[in-house]
Amino acid sequence: MDLDLNDEQQMLADTVGSLLEKRYDANARLQLLESSELGWSRELWQQYADLGLLGLTVDEQYGGAGMGAGELAVVMESFGRALILEPFVATVVLGAALVDAAGSPEQKQAILPGVTAGSTVLAFAYAEAASRWSLTDIAATAVPAGSGWTVSGEKIAVLGGDSADRVVVSAKTPDSDVGLFLVEGDATGLRRDAYAMQDGLRGADLLFEDVPAVALGEPADALAALESVLDTAMAMLCSEAVGAMERMLWMTVDYLKTREQFGAPIAVFQTLRHRAANMYVSLEQARSMALAARLALLDDDVPARRRAVRAAKLQIDLSARHIGQEAIQLHGGIGMTMEYPVGHYLKRTTAIAKTFADADLLTQLVGADEGLVTAD
Amino acid sequence: MNTALSKEDRAFAEEMRAFFASEMPAEMRERLGRGGHPSRDDIVTTMRILDDHGLAAPHWPVEWGGKDWTPLQRHLFAEEMVMANVPSPLAFNTAMVGPVIATFGSQEQKERFLPATARCDIWWSQGFSEPNAGSDLASLKTTAVRDGDEYVVNGQKTWTTLGQFGDWIFCLVRTDSAAKKQRGISFLLIDMTSPGLTVRPIHLIDGGYEVNEVFLDNVRVPADQLVGEENQGWSYAKFLLGNERTANASIGLIKSRILRIKRLGGTALDDPLLRARLTRLEVEATALEMSVLRVLAREASLPPGVPDPTSSMLKLKGSELQQDASELLTDILGPAGLAYRETDEVPAGFDALPEGALDAMPTYFNWRKASIYAGSNEVQREIIAKTILKF
Repeated sequence: MDLDLNDEQQMLADTVGSLLEKRYDANARLQLLESSELGWSRELWQQYADLGLLGLTVDEQYGGAGMGAGELAVVMESFGRALILEPFVATVVLGAALVDAAGSPEQKQAILPGVTAGSTVLAFAYAEAASRWSLTDIAATAVPAGSGWTVSGEKIAVLGGDSADRVVVSAKTPDSDVGLFLVEGDATGLRRDAYAMQDGLRGADLLFEDVPAVALGEPADALAALESVLDTAMAMLCSEAVGAMERMLWMTVDYLKTREQFGAPIAVFQTLRHRAANMYVSLEQARSMALAARLALLDDDVPARRRAVRAAKLQIDLSARHIGQEAIQLHGGIGMTMEYPVGHYLKRTTAIAKTFADADLLTQLVGADEGLVTAD
Repeated sequence: MNTALSKEDRAFAEEMRAFFASEMPAEMRERLGRGGHPSRDDIVTTMRILDDHGLAAPHWPVEWGGKDWTPLQRHLFAEEMVMANVPSPLAFNTAMVGPVIATFGSQEQKERFLPATARCDIWWSQGFSEPNAGSDLASLKTTAVRDGDEYVVNGQKTWTTLGQFGDWIFCLVRTDSAAKKQRGISFLLIDMTSPGLTVRPIHLIDGGYEVNEVFLDNVRVPADQLVGEENQGWSYAKFLLGNERTANASIGLIKSRILRIKRLGGTALDDPLLRARLTRLEVEATALEMSVLRVLAREASLPPGVPDPTSSMLKLKGSELQQDASELLTDILGPAGLAYRETDEVPAGFDALPEGALDAMPTYFNWRKASIYAGSNEVQREIIAKTILKF
């Protein structure tokens, strides 16, 4: 089996890479982060749309390119290297994927072309203050109202929730199904407490008070669709994190070679050299597992697929913690500054480690039952 | 089985699995699966059976019994062998001296040594390390002085693994003491029954005798037992050490140890902390396996026999995971692993020993070696650092 990128994927990586290299240097990013109201660039968003990135995995009949997770992963790794601020995960990896997985053909037709064209930003509201990592232990409710539903409850840490044109929200129905509901961004009864996340991406807590909503597909089928979208989303975060870890390693390597102390570049000191070598080992382990996650998405055996993806995210979170902490330490004081990019990578990978599931939960889930390594 | 493998590769692995299950002695596989050490006979028996089936050394040139397999197939063959609790062929024979002779030896040397090496009619030992040449191998001092048609060898080798069984030893010897360190070294094949050669086993902390000192006192070696050219031995040694880029990851061994932990773990694994350690070990092992597969997939495009950061990474991580696995087994056995015993026989009326009681802790002590041999992990870190820092 070919474990390298195919020609098409390589071309995609080159295209995205060269756009980001031109447009996403550290200063431009800092400018967006600190001085723009939106916190990201509408103009770049439109360029992503023009390059087909926003509809990469959307079916062709809805204006997308109909590609697979392999291509999306290539884009995510590039985004991880550049540390983009646009709501790509919120809109494409989560929002559009949920509409695609759970929505009716009419709903797909109504929403996906706008996403693909760059005119619609989506968000997915699922986390609650008391539910920690659980998708089902939630307090938000949905009750039937006329031909639709109304949703009530409070969601936290909604990535892209500050600017989303439409929000997909998880809520419990009177039948105790965890359904997915679609809410208009300007709906009556929806209030936003918007902020920047720790990693600079924008988000919000959302308060729903009897907000009119439509169900995405059948509420009884929604959870299975949601779980499978999160499998893909976790694998994509793995790829993004690998891109970010790679930059942290190479930034650190460059710094060791240029920073002089005691009359020599600090790269001569074996303590530092060996720590850099350990970072490389962690990166390779992470890269291997991001690949394993991507391959596992092709597996029809759902429990096996899910275990493999979770194992990958566990490795990624552990590697990212190691690489991120060492990158700061090996840089010394400069790594502590907001002006220098390395800390921003640490912040993004730290946020990824606290998205969907953390290392402790993943350890429990991967270790349950027969575990990861089996005789076959 | 791994989703990274194609259908054909999976079928190949299944075929190898079936071969080991049907052709290798069940008694031996069962005993080794329970933590026993392979004896000299186990290894020789295995190599003869492999040779009978033309599988003694698949990575050798085809004319000397090799198979035209892909690097991945060779890996799967080796992995299935380990997972089937079949002892690996003696590395000194098939992975080390064999490829060197096949690549750099004379036609006479190939005919004389290769068939016997594949079949283990010659048990080879490795004479590289010396008391004062460990990680700094090139500082070795054993000398070989040309005298007519012979070399006269003087010096001492050490850490010679299984040298107590050795018939022949391949040695790095200094043939030009004026040349710079690496330049004056030659690769010499020595009959261990030669007068002046003595072997002294070293008692190790696990209680066993795995390595030896080899003393060479005016040992006369026919000059036609020099491999390749005089003073080129260092490059042959580098070829030998870089030959199997992925072998040092020992991924098959790590996986089989993990499976054994799961089999023996019982209620100890209900402890969430032990379970979490096991799970993280499984995740790291799975990552390492994928790293191995990634290296194998691009093996053809890599230069042969040159140390690179990937093989160092695999050795570094592989040795750590072997050590972690052996440590975890001791933690699972707890007090049941404390007694030092030579056999699992107990007097009438006493309970039978749990599996692992004999070997878990000695194996833990023994595997401290993994981060020391084949280039200590500190040397591997330095190789990685040199490559990424270019400094």
